Amino acid sequence: MNTTKIIVSACAAFCVALFLPCAAISAGSPERDVPKKFLVPPPPFSEGIFPCSQCHEGMPVNRTPRKLEGMHQNIELNHMPGGWCFDCHNANNRNTLRLANGKIVRFEESYNLCGQCHGTILREWKAGLHGKRTGMWNGEKQYRLCVHCHWPHDPRFKPIKPLPPPVKPSDIK
Amino acid sequence: MSSENKQERGVHRRTFLKGAALGLAAAALPAADADASLWDAFFQKHFKEMNEAEIRKVLERLEREYEEKYKKRITVSNEKPLPGVLYGYGLDLSRCIGCRRCVYACVDENNQSKDPQIHWITVLRFKKGEKWVDLEESEKYYNPAEVPEKEYFYMPVQCQQCENPPCVRVCPTKATWKDPDGIVVIDYNWCIGCRYCMAACPYGARRFNWAEPNRKPEELNPNTHYLGNRPRYKGVVEKCTFCVQRVRKEPGRYPACVEACPVGARKFGNLLDPDSEIRYLIEHKRVFRLKEDLNTYPKFYYFFAYGV
Ligand code: HEC
Ligand code: HEC
Ligand code: HEC
Ligand code: HEC
Repeated sequence: MNTTKIIVSACAAFCVALFLPCAAISAGSPERDVPKKFLVPPPPFSEGIFPCSQCHEGMPVNRTPRKLEGMHQNIELNHMPGGWCFDCHNANNRNTLRLANGKIVRFEESYNLCGQCHGTILREWKAGLHGKRTGMWNGEKQYRLCVHCHWPHDPRFKPIKPLPPPVKPSDIK
Repeated sequence: MSSENKQERGVHRRTFLKGAALGLAAAALPAADADASLWDAFFQKHFKEMNEAEIRKVLERLEREYEEKYKKRITVSNEKPLPGVLYGYGLDLSRCIGCRRCVYACVDENNQSKDPQIHWITVLRFKKGEKWVDLEESEKYYNPAEVPEKEYFYMPVQCQQCENPPCVRVCPTKATWKDPDGIVVIDYNWCIGCRYCMAACPYGARRFNWAEPNRKPEELNPNTHYLGNRPRYKGVVEKCTFCVQRVRKEPGRYPACVEACPVGARKFGNLLDPDSEIRYLIEHKRVFRLKEDLNTYPKFYYFFAYGV
């Protein structure tokens, strides 16, 4: 690459108009292309944990916030200060999630749970902006659930190891 | 003819043109006893001037040559641009973590040479807080244990698919051109390796095969496009094509780098479709393009989805 400055200049949305035929610029509403159904891969459960009812069926519900010792020791909440398991999980049927308004949500649709508090992000997720879609750019798309990228109990995206840098010209023998 | 000779086929036109310039044309012509397919390759018309039947013949010839060379079936297709489609690309710099998953997914999909190493995507690392991004101050060899690093941000650069591509203008053999769907393509059989296009590209996005490209046949992606990821020759220039072999289909897959990105920073779609994710982001986010002052009009949009 040459050494000239890459000049980064901000440009508002109209810059696309510089080469698009004007007829094509018809801004729509944010929700215009939102499909009703979102294809997602299966929720990323740890092996053997689902259905939760295999243990929770008939087990007494303990609503007291506490450090879990008998099970789920790996879960330490670092999300929504002051929150607890049943802000998200359904105490009466552990195989499902529960919204603040009492609505029951399947794990395949956990984005609706997250969307209660992250509404803007959910909207952008649906439009394909936040998160990621794979499949056909002009056909059927698969979405990733929020929880494929964010462990709901400690949702900050975790750092990963980068793949190797390119070979330096000076390393070539 | 030895198999060595066959591998050299791709460079014949180049050798010929160089020889011609020196008045040595005849020396570089195929030998009188060369087989017919070598002569076919030599006198191949410009891609855009060939009719369907002629293109068919070329593709079949290439498939035969590749099979012989790599001992593996490789399909070479020629999907045409889709009507009403102008491809655009978006990259969210507020989310890119510099992990280089895209770089290697691209190498795998697009059959780049492993040794010598060719990467179509370069990820640059910049110190945060600098208003004007200067390439001189970027680092492409960064290698920390984990990314992202607090004090840096990352900017992948690849072919920007300019609407007004300087590389196309300077090509003396018209071996590179912009198709109606906006993808700038290269005909490796017409490229003579003069590298004017590389000098003309303000983004450093083109790569040159200094040596015979080298890649294990079992690692070759057998689904190729004539103007895209088919195996290349020594002495030709190559670059990103938005995965022309994937996207020019109905339905067509997202480019490999879009699918590989673990943070979903890469966006792709049809700029002419008001419902596409690329249009959504252009309309809802502040986007910018690299070196806008050069009037190259890239169709590669950088943006910051949130924060910063
Ligand atoms: C192998 C058995 C087992 C499975 C499977 C299991 N749990 Fe539990 N779970 C337990 C036990 C035992 C406790 C009590 C732990 C304690 O009190 O220290 C518990 C506690 C909990 C609690 C804390 C509240 C309470 O009632 O004690 C929640 C919430 C919970 N589990 C959710 C789930 C969900 C959601 C799943 C399925 C995704 C699941 N569990 C699967 C055994 C299990
Ligand atoms: C912010 C909402 C939220 C809170 C609060 C929450 N969870 Fe979860 N939890 C989820 C979601 C969503 C999933 C589903 C993840 C998936 O699809 O794999 C999940 C998954 C689980 C699982 C299955 C994990 C696995 O290994 O696959 C267990 C067990 C669980 N939660 C227990 C708990 C316990 C115990 C608490 C309280 C200490 C709790 N959760 C608090 C949203 C929450
Ligand atoms: C009841 C409201 C609520 C729900 C439901 C909720 N969140 Fe959050 N989330 C918050 C709040 C408040 C914060 C900011 C405070 C914090 O970081 O803990 C936050 C922060 C985050 C962050 C940023 C974390 C960081 O440190 O940068 C992510 C990512 C996130 N949430 C993902 C999710 C996902 C995924 C779900 C669904 C499984 C979800 N949230 C459900 C309230 C919620
Ligand atoms: C393909 C992976 C991916 C998916 C899917 C995804 N996110 Fe994110 N998200 C990220 C990355 C990467 C970031 C930036 C790093 C970070 O702050 O953790 C982020 C950031 C966030 C933040 C913090 C934003 C801020 O302003 O700081 C929230 C909240 C969040 N995501 C919620 C969600 C919700 C809700 C969903 C589902 C509707 C979702 N994410 C789906 C990758 C993803």
